[in-house]
Amino acid sequence: MLAWTIYISFLGVLVLMLLPRDDARLARITALTTAVAGLIVALMGSFQQANPAEIVTITKCAWIPTLGASYYLAADGISLTLVVLTGLAAVAGILFSWNIEKRTKEFFAFYLALIGGVYGVFLSFDLLLLFVFYELTIIPKYFLIARWGSTRKEYGAMKLALYSFIGSHLVLIGLVATWAVARTSLGHASLDLKELAQATLPLEFQKWAFPLTFVGFAILAGMWPFHTWAPTGHVAAPTAGSMLLAGVVMKLGAYGCLRVAMVLFPEGARMWSGTIAVLAVIGIIYGAGVALVQKDFKFVIGYSSVSHMGFVLLGLATLNTVGLSGAVLQMFSHGIIAGLLFAVVGRMVYDRTHTRDFGELEGMGLSRALPFAGVTFVLAGIASMGLPGFSGFVAELQVLMGAWKAFPVAAVVTGIGIVVGVAYTLRAVQKAFYADGADRTNMTHGAHALEPISIPERLAAVMLIGVSLVVGLYPSVLLNWIEPCLSSPLFERLLKGGAL
Amino acid sequence: MEVLKLAAPETVLVVIALAVLAVDLLALRGQPVSMRFGIGAAVAGLGCAATMLMLLGRHAHANLFDGMLVVDPLTNVVKAAIVLLTLFTVLISTAGKFTEHVGEYLALILLATVGMMFLVSAEDLLMIFISLELLSLSLYVLTAFNKRNIKSAEAALKYFLFGGMAAAFTLFGLSLLYGMSGSTNLHRIAEGLAGKGMDPLLIVAVVTTLIGFGFKVAAVPFHLWAPDAYEGAPTPSAAFIATGSKVASFFILAKIMMIGFAGAEGSAAWRTFISGWMPAMALLAALSMVLGNLTAIAQTSLKRLLAYSAIAHGGYMLLAVMANNEAGMAGLLYYVITYGLATLGAFGVVQVVEDATGNDSIISFTGLSRRAPALSLCLLVFLLSLGGIPPLAGFFGKFFVFSAAVGADGNHLGLLWLVILAIAMSAVSFYYYLRVLKAAYVADGADVTQATNMMAVPVATLAALVLLAFLVVILGCAPALLMGLLQAGDQVGH
Amino acid sequence: MNGFPWLTVLTLVPLIGGVLVVGMGGQKQLARKLTLGLSLLSLGIALLIWKNFDAASGDLQFSERLDWVKSLGIQYHLGIDGLGLLMLLLTAIVTPLSLMAFWHNHDRSHIFGALVLWLQAGLFGTFTALNFFHWFIFWELGLIPAFFLVKFWGGPNRGPAATQFFVYTMVGSIGLLLAFLALRLATGSFDFIELAAMAKRGEISVKLGDALGWKSLSYSTLALLVFGLAFLGFAVKVPVIPFHTWLPVAYSEAPSPVTMLLTGVMSKMGVYGFLRILLPIFPEQVRLVLTPLLWLAVLTIVLSACAAFAQRDLKRMLAYSSINHLGYCLLAMFAAAGAATMVNQPELQKAAALNGVLLQMFNHGLTASVLFLFVTLLEKRSGGLRGLDDFGGIRKVVPVFTGLMGISLFSSLGLPGLNGFVGEFLVFKGAFPLAPWTTAVATIGLLVTAVFLLTLIQRVFCGPLNEKWAKLPDLTASELWLVIPSTVLMFVVGIYPQLVLGVIDATVVKLVQQLNF
Repeated sequence: MLAWTIYISFLGVLVLMLLPRDDARLARITALTTAVAGLIVALMGSFQQANPAEIVTITKCAWIPTLGASYYLAADGISLTLVVLTGLAAVAGILFSWNIEKRTKEFFAFYLALIGGVYGVFLSFDLLLLFVFYELTIIPKYFLIARWGSTRKEYGAMKLALYSFIGSHLVLIGLVATWAVARTSLGHASLDLKELAQATLPLEFQKWAFPLTFVGFAILAGMWPFHTWAPTGHVAAPTAGSMLLAGVVMKLGAYGCLRVAMVLFPEGARMWSGTIAVLAVIGIIYGAGVALVQKDFKFVIGYSSVSHMGFVLLGLATLNTVGLSGAVLQMFSHGIIAGLLFAVVGRMVYDRTHTRDFGELEGMGLSRALPFAGVTFVLAGIASMGLPGFSGFVAELQVLMGAWKAFPVAAVVTGIGIVVGVAYTLRAVQKAFYADGADRTNMTHGAHALEPISIPERLAAVMLIGVSLVVGLYPSVLLNWIEPCLSSPLFERLLKGGAL
Repeated sequence: MEVLKLAAPETVLVVIALAVLAVDLLALRGQPVSMRFGIGAAVAGLGCAATMLMLLGRHAHANLFDGMLVVDPLTNVVKAAIVLLTLFTVLISTAGKFTEHVGEYLALILLATVGMMFLVSAEDLLMIFISLELLSLSLYVLTAFNKRNIKSAEAALKYFLFGGMAAAFTLFGLSLLYGMSGSTNLHRIAEGLAGKGMDPLLIVAVVTTLIGFGFKVAAVPFHLWAPDAYEGAPTPSAAFIATGSKVASFFILAKIMMIGFAGAEGSAAWRTFISGWMPAMALLAALSMVLGNLTAIAQTSLKRLLAYSAIAHGGYMLLAVMANNEAGMAGLLYYVITYGLATLGAFGVVQVVEDATGNDSIISFTGLSRRAPALSLCLLVFLLSLGGIPPLAGFFGKFFVFSAAVGADGNHLGLLWLVILAIAMSAVSFYYYLRVLKAAYVADGADVTQATNMMAVPVATLAALVLLAFLVVILGCAPALLMGLLQAGDQVGH
Repeated sequence: MNGFPWLTVLTLVPLIGGVLVVGMGGQKQLARKLTLGLSLLSLGIALLIWKNFDAASGDLQFSERLDWVKSLGIQYHLGIDGLGLLMLLLTAIVTPLSLMAFWHNHDRSHIFGALVLWLQAGLFGTFTALNFFHWFIFWELGLIPAFFLVKFWGGPNRGPAATQFFVYTMVGSIGLLLAFLALRLATGSFDFIELAAMAKRGEISVKLGDALGWKSLSYSTLALLVFGLAFLGFAVKVPVIPFHTWLPVAYSEAPSPVTMLLTGVMSKMGVYGFLRILLPIFPEQVRLVLTPLLWLAVLTIVLSACAAFAQRDLKRMLAYSSINHLGYCLLAMFAAAGAATMVNQPELQKAAALNGVLLQMFNHGLTASVLFLFVTLLEKRSGGLRGLDDFGGIRKVVPVFTGLMGISLFSSLGLPGLNGFVGEFLVFKGAFPLAPWTTAVATIGLLVTAVFLLTLIQRVFCGPLNEKWAKLPDLTASELWLVIPSTVLMFVVGIYPQLVLGVIDATVVKLVQQLNF
């Protein structure tokens, strides 16, 4: 059932390619239908899965027998969480790109290809297959940004593509080496994640293979100091692009860190967890600090993503159940919230005012001209700063709890990061929407000039806020998926001695 | 008679070559070039198709004249692949405007193919050398075929001089081998060399043979002819040099090294170098990968870019030879074949664009996605495959090669350093492929009139390119299709 | 145990009401009336709860308990004792007052109403929650509307003021959050009551040490660190000097109706937190650093009084006076938390002190709100002026205003017969035997308070009439209706403190037991 999320997306790409060139409306509707179908399948498939702790096989057939690679799609609770996130982000992204007029059909084709790849990564339990889907996302990403982006789009796109590519090549080295080593210890060639996780890889090997693979994935997760693609990429990307980048693509990296690097090299993870925690905390503080001094609205959100992904990495580094579960939840939560923030900045504000400079926005009195955008941003900002009631809080709560256990200093220092996070969010809220200096005449003038927030935008915003609230108030809805699968055999060796 | 039976595919191709020549000379004199190309290509194409069917249909197993002509499933597959590449070369050359000597051109291509096929079948030094020369001579002429272009002649001369030198080196090396072992058969040579250790003469033999083949496969530092030849030669010729000839050369290189020099491998494992052909080849591979990729970044002509990228790919393929086992051989063949398909396709696109805009600089690809959507989609597939993006064939080629190299010596991961270098360089290569795609897909507005005009794409070429792209995608999604064939052949062969 | 969920209903009424009010954006008049109606409804429910409250029992009543997030051990747990009830009543009384004080301001009044209602919901939630998880939700929920109330309707410097207020409070909140995560890790519980029970058995610091196992730190230091983090959270909210710098700015920049809420109830969240959470859960740690804490309280009292004396702005002066009054609560509270081994009948003294604290909380909430209400009225008349030297002699022009505001000022000063007196008396009566030195020094604060409040009266109401204000209108009938009930309440509590003490007595006894381990 869940495998259809992938197929539907690629089917959508095909259909879009066959559509007439100039019918933007049809392209939009096709894309939306595809994404909604994907979301529905994702939801139905997820809620049908009886036992999220198990890895439920969806399809498994031989693919490249020489290498021991198989076409193996499966899902456990963590996959489910992220698949649902992908579905939500996909639908929201399309609703927020309703106004794309330039080569609409191609835009949505690339968009759906990206989505399909992302679904694929989250559902693959074969290393090679996972890697294939992982790389598959790079190209659409590049074109989405380079073609439909803004501000230094080609630079941003190229930087992102190269960073992703370098990261994935680090992973490739790890992958090839693991394959070779595991073949000796297993006695046969295998790329099955479950099987590889059982193979005891030599300690010496894990010691260098883990950081290689982890960093390879973490580049895409925006780990400091490999994060520099993130702000430029996010800023350059079109709205839907940044939503997907922050919403799901960064999650690919984090997911890879957890699912591949940490599961395959548990001892390596233990050896390096301290270093990762330090980098994660630096990322949290640094991202927040830099966001505090930005002049460009979108850069604020871009850096905030770096900061928030730091929480994911910190959660991973804790190597205990609470921390890991918090990391996964944070992936979900950040996906929703960052997507919404980018939508407000990119679609609701920038597409209408054609500026993201705080200096100019301050004079516009946007809270009166675009009240819906203001309220949405405030809510998203509240969620983003980790105030309770929204999903971000529960995630950060768990991550911090895990961190208290593993690295108390990190937990306390992270606290500072949260406060800075509050500060930059408030600053952005005030500068962009509720600036004091806005003179009234300009305001009323602006109010007439700006087109009102459209229905698709409202729908998508309400959907995202709603999801964040539901998860924030009743986190069990996701925790019931995430937590049990952390006690599955896959994570047994990783969490050995770290159980909580 | 058995020779004729076993060499039937080759024979058919020779006959077809003559037929094409005859038809063109006798029946089509005075007709427009396009028509002559059309009919000639149809005949040649049918011949190729027939040959392929013959090759894939038979399960013969034979070794004639002590390795002069070896026929086994593996060579059949390789030959079929070569013929397939030839077929596509013929198809993309149909739209060519570079010559009026259509018959000669097509016949030469087919004859070169015959040379390759004999090369693939040879396990004897003499036969190897003879077929190599048959191949090379045809290619020199093909390079010079555009008589109106001075660059073409220059390229051919360069290619010829370098090639002649390479042939001399090869011959020297082979003669030393014969002198040391008393045989020209590869298996016999290995037996003769066994137990002698690395005496200086053997080292000279190894080095000179490597130099000779290094020229042939354009490995750094013997690559200097390649960019000029690719740039100057008519595009289909360049494509043919870069693809079919590569398949054959690499196959025979691997055979000589793995069979003939068995026992003289030495080791290229990190920090434990032992003299033999491995470390020498490791050096070639590393240099090719690094220089090929870095130089490619600076290119503005797409053909030169492809030339340098070919050099880099040659480096990866040497890695597969160094794996020195069945997996390496299978990986090498998979790599070189899929690389051939993609490169051929890329050259095909260059040919179309060159015809339409007059040059092959990257700038002339600007806005291609608007002017010729299908063509640019093909280009996307080819270049991404070359860049090693899954799920295209190029990625799996790389994966097979790298995994074979890493896994060559069990748990020791001796060649890992080279693989890491290769992977790092392949990340670099992504940049310049993407630059081309950026021109095609992203950049526009610079030249509005050009960007709005649709580009005329010859139907046969487009069909060939789409088919090629389709093959690249299929072999990417289901690499087991080709890999299965290669491996089945390989296991029987060894 | 789970009867009719009165407390949930009480919280939900303003929460949902706020949404309704925003939804009525167009009809401002109606929205305003609806807002007031809802706040009165809340008051009604609060009174109903009071009526059904069993004052004789110090136990938690109206409990509600539901599983919420099982995997994290989070329950939805509500309940109130006398302390909670008192705070609920205070909130319910102050909110309509604030709304009515804003009645004539038409600037986005529906949003104002909604924000106030949400703030009220946050307060109700905070005062009833017994599980950290949703307690924290409401604790923060109160913050957001407050931020926007200051930001939208504040004075010229409102932007920085609002930000400073928010960020400072968040710093505290993060401290709290970290502390509770540590506790959750160590004990597996987020429940205040369970945690307090563990603390009484002396398990907390051991568990903390075991769970966090931070090698270089001893168990007690670690526990102290966690205590410090939690302390920070409440200290900022109250605030305790030196964490107070946000307060004068925020109080003076906020529109006065909002300041009423800030000082009247939001500052009580801090004190409430000390009583409900910090002291019961960290009794050992409090005792360990008791002396510094006491001196901190004294510092708060004395410095804020002096600072108030130095102010030339009515609102800033009252803001500092607010800090000063809450300082008494802290003093008594810390005094009561001590071991008090040398004192006769320590339970009795502690009970007196804590009674004083609770009463003082209520009184200050009432008096300070009313004082700011008067400032609002004054500002409305003076066109925004509120400097100490801007007026003079207006007593002749507006006698009723002067009289009523004077009553409130005297109540704040602690004049016998008014509510302020009883609270302060009990505070000092209880605290003196428990911590004689500090209490003695703290009396300086009383003195300075008297001085600056009298200065206020003198500068504003007495002396030669400033001609500018010769035509200042006196209180209107509707304003009287607004002011008189509260003033009456001041007298009632002053003369018959049993009205409040009756509610809290049993709770205080329980609290004292809790602290006497």
